[in-house]
Amino acid sequence: MRAAVIVFPGTNREKDIAEALERASGKKARFVWHGDSDLPDVDLIVVPGGFSYGDYLRCGAMAGNSPVMRAVKQKAEAGVRVLGVCNGFQILTETGMLPGVLMRNAQLKFICKKATLTVTSNETDFSSAYAVGQKVVFPVAHNEGNYFADDATLDRLEGEGRVVFRYADTDGTVNEAGNINGSQRNIAGILNEKRNVLGMMPHPENATDPAQGGTDGLGLFKSLAEVLQ
Amino acid sequence: MSGVKMTPELVAEHGLTGEEYDTVLSIMGREPNITELGIFSVMWSEHCSYKSSRFWLKTLPTTGPQVIQGPGENAGVVDIGDGQAAVFKIESHNHPSYIEPYQGAATGVGGILRDVFTMGARPIANLNALRFGDPNNAKTRHLVDGVVAGIGGYGNCIGVPTVAGEVNFHPAYNGNCLVNAMTVGLADSDNIFYSKASGIGNPVVYVGSKTGRDGIHGATMASAEFSDQTEEKRPTVQVGDPFTEKLLLEACLELMSTDAIVSIQDMGAAGLTSSSVEMADKGGVGIRLDLDKVPMREEGMTPYELMLSESQERMLMVLKPGREDEARAIFEKWELDFAVIGEVTTSGNLELSWYGETVGDIPVKPLVEASPMYERPWEPTPAQAEIDPASLPDAGKLTNCLKDILSSPDMCSRRWIWEQYDHLIRGETLQVPGGDAAVVRIPDSLKALATTVDCTPRYCLADPEQGGRQAVAECWRNMVATGAKPLALTNNMNFGNPERPKIMGQFVGAIKGMAAAAKTLDFPVVSGNVSLYNETEGKAILPTPVIGGVGLLKDHTKMATLAFKAEGETILLLGESKGWVGQSIFLREIHGREEGAPPPVDLEAEARNGALVLDLIDKGLVTACHDLSDGGLAVGLAEMALAGDIGATVAERNDETPAHAFFFGEDQARYVVTSTQADAVMHLAEQVGVPVQVIGRTGGEALTLTSEDTISLELLRHAHEDWLPAYMSGEEAAE
Repeated sequence: MRAAVIVFPGTNREKDIAEALERASGKKARFVWHGDSDLPDVDLIVVPGGFSYGDYLRCGAMAGNSPVMRAVKQKAEAGVRVLGVCNGFQILTETGMLPGVLMRNAQLKFICKKATLTVTSNETDFSSAYAVGQKVVFPVAHNEGNYFADDATLDRLEGEGRVVFRYADTDGTVNEAGNINGSQRNIAGILNEKRNVLGMMPHPENATDPAQGGTDGLGLFKSLAEVLQ
Repeated sequence: MSGVKMTPELVAEHGLTGEEYDTVLSIMGREPNITELGIFSVMWSEHCSYKSSRFWLKTLPTTGPQVIQGPGENAGVVDIGDGQAAVFKIESHNHPSYIEPYQGAATGVGGILRDVFTMGARPIANLNALRFGDPNNAKTRHLVDGVVAGIGGYGNCIGVPTVAGEVNFHPAYNGNCLVNAMTVGLADSDNIFYSKASGIGNPVVYVGSKTGRDGIHGATMASAEFSDQTEEKRPTVQVGDPFTEKLLLEACLELMSTDAIVSIQDMGAAGLTSSSVEMADKGGVGIRLDLDKVPMREEGMTPYELMLSESQERMLMVLKPGREDEARAIFEKWELDFAVIGEVTTSGNLELSWYGETVGDIPVKPLVEASPMYERPWEPTPAQAEIDPASLPDAGKLTNCLKDILSSPDMCSRRWIWEQYDHLIRGETLQVPGGDAAVVRIPDSLKALATTVDCTPRYCLADPEQGGRQAVAECWRNMVATGAKPLALTNNMNFGNPERPKIMGQFVGAIKGMAAAAKTLDFPVVSGNVSLYNETEGKAILPTPVIGGVGLLKDHTKMATLAFKAEGETILLLGESKGWVGQSIFLREIHGREEGAPPPVDLEAEARNGALVLDLIDKGLVTACHDLSDGGLAVGLAEMALAGDIGATVAERNDETPAHAFFFGEDQARYVVTSTQADAVMHLAEQVGVPVQVIGRTGGEALTLTSEDTISLELLRHAHEDWLPAYMSGEEAAE
């Protein structure tokens, strides 16, 4: 697996992602500075978490319009896998690579905690190591993670099996009590139509080492490492 | 030079006494101009000069084989082995946070982060110690909400985990909240950066944000009492930009990986003035600044404003000659301002020029050395009587008391706060908030740092010396309870008006207690901050000497946590329990009395008991460990049970003490541990003379304190978790 991690001014979870990739694949990822004009020849691009450009305009809005994201979009169209986590998910929605938007959390507060999710689809390059319905615990750390799209879009996402993770209660039941940020239909992570781009708010990278209190996130990176060798 | 006429009124507005102004005249040999007066004003403010506290701060122990850099630099530095160092400091942002809670707290975090990365360290943990007024006070909820959002807003964005903290509520803070922020950083011990300027002709470089008019006279504001006109001081509060600070952090660390920097100093309180004066003074050199070259945010700024602005996210550096272009390229990559604004000179003076005209010329040495130092008169705090637990009326069921205590503002869960802080970023957080100390791993190693902040202000009010000892001892104990060897501390002295002998007596007492504890526990002071004049309309805060500590775990796989791990394990109590109820949470929350002498701190016992606990953890003999402090044994057991979601039954106890005093007394130097090898624990404890008793077993879904007094964990959890969210949402009036 050859992976590149995009770094914008204000990106801050690039270390966490790179370590998770290395734990799963044994290979080091390359950091790509947003100002670098050419993307390296890789088979996975990660847009990590943080506050790109301070998120001062709207989360991910500035980064979404940056030249490097135009290049990422072209690579994605050519079939390269793209993973956007947290601010990365916000950026991918801003570029139009994924539908919907991330609004402010329903309780209007930043929230950092270990969230329980269920895996809704494992027929993806990102989640093949999990079972459908499997309960996983990934940390969340965001202020704008409240996923919103119109009903037609949500119906389509569900109908096409493009919802990969949903927020659940601690028993793994998808319900209102487990919906930590008010997301439509408890959506925590979705795929694009071609199923090679995944955006998600929770941080699987922070659950890849027993010392972090759990390793549920390793499955995601191992799924990628498996398919990308 | 400017034509502003010096008048006694103008001098007084700048916070200088007549006597201090006379010293200014003798240093200058002439009348200062307005810019120079402003410089003296901020350099000699309490905040920058420590004029009331310096005499006593010098009595604190500051040395030890682990100390690489003690007080006097931007932050303290301690050796953690393998060529690595921990760099840390705590700093207050009390006055700004009361006026403008979000920005006040946010810039407090920003300031302490800069102090740490200025030294060449990457920040790896943030902590905070907060004090607010009575929950029923109209302003309290607004302050809690704003301060927490500000701390989170800054720390979350810059990407440093906020891992630990403490919060108290007390009416004494109604008019002055306390916001103390601490940062711990990691550096290579052979690549620490200092502020001492050197190399005549070397360029003086300004990097970071542009300078605006924000925060002018912030340091002076922080050196005076509040009045009902405090709201008018809002423009003196700075505005934080964590995004720019993130860029500044990365750019500085990138430049620090080269050898281009001679010295570096962040622009915090008193901005360009204190940074340039400090660099020149430490190097015994002069500095010339061409103020017109300073990157400015607005038009029409004057030299006076430029020298006094406290705009955030700025640094001053001296570079090696010829390295400007290399440095400029790094800062331009990070889209930050970079300007050569002066040079190091032989004059020994701070020379300020404005489009070729001299607008200030002050000899640095006298400016620093003649800064006032007062040995202010002080009165010792009268001793309080001990309270005999047998004299207290019956308080009813133990578990009812426990439930009431756990749901009180000071003792309830702080989850509502710390879930707003990203405490997991960097992926190295091994103990999250809610334990004794936070633990963060050193990347790519078995090592980890434990860190915590502690103070018990009600003890300090009743007996400043015992309170000072206790703050140091509790901080030390909290790290010990994780298995970390405490290395050194940083202190934040928050007190009222030092010109009142009673307040100065509190300060002196606290220092004496801290000094004794730091010495006996081999826990030297390596950095610190003083915040005085925390008074409004003559009412002072409780004396609050906050202690921040850093300790080292050589092997984090041996780390202890407070959660019960399994059913059927033996619970042991280490240390002596006399049932000390004076100044206890029990006495205050259940009997409504804030009275009596606080628990005495036997430092020899602390050292002995702590050494035993470290040994037990290192040998793998305990499965959980928790220090006992506020609320005593019952609260400690409840916290361990809730964290592990496993109940416990207390079967035996020292029956000489009344039950409530045994369970809620706050005797010091105590720990609760669980073990599957109780005999081995008892044996080791007896060998080193540490009192030990088996008090019960883990198991079940309830906490049973006596055979007929039980409470379910579910009820306890609700009591513990519900108060703060309900209070903050306004659903429930306090109390």
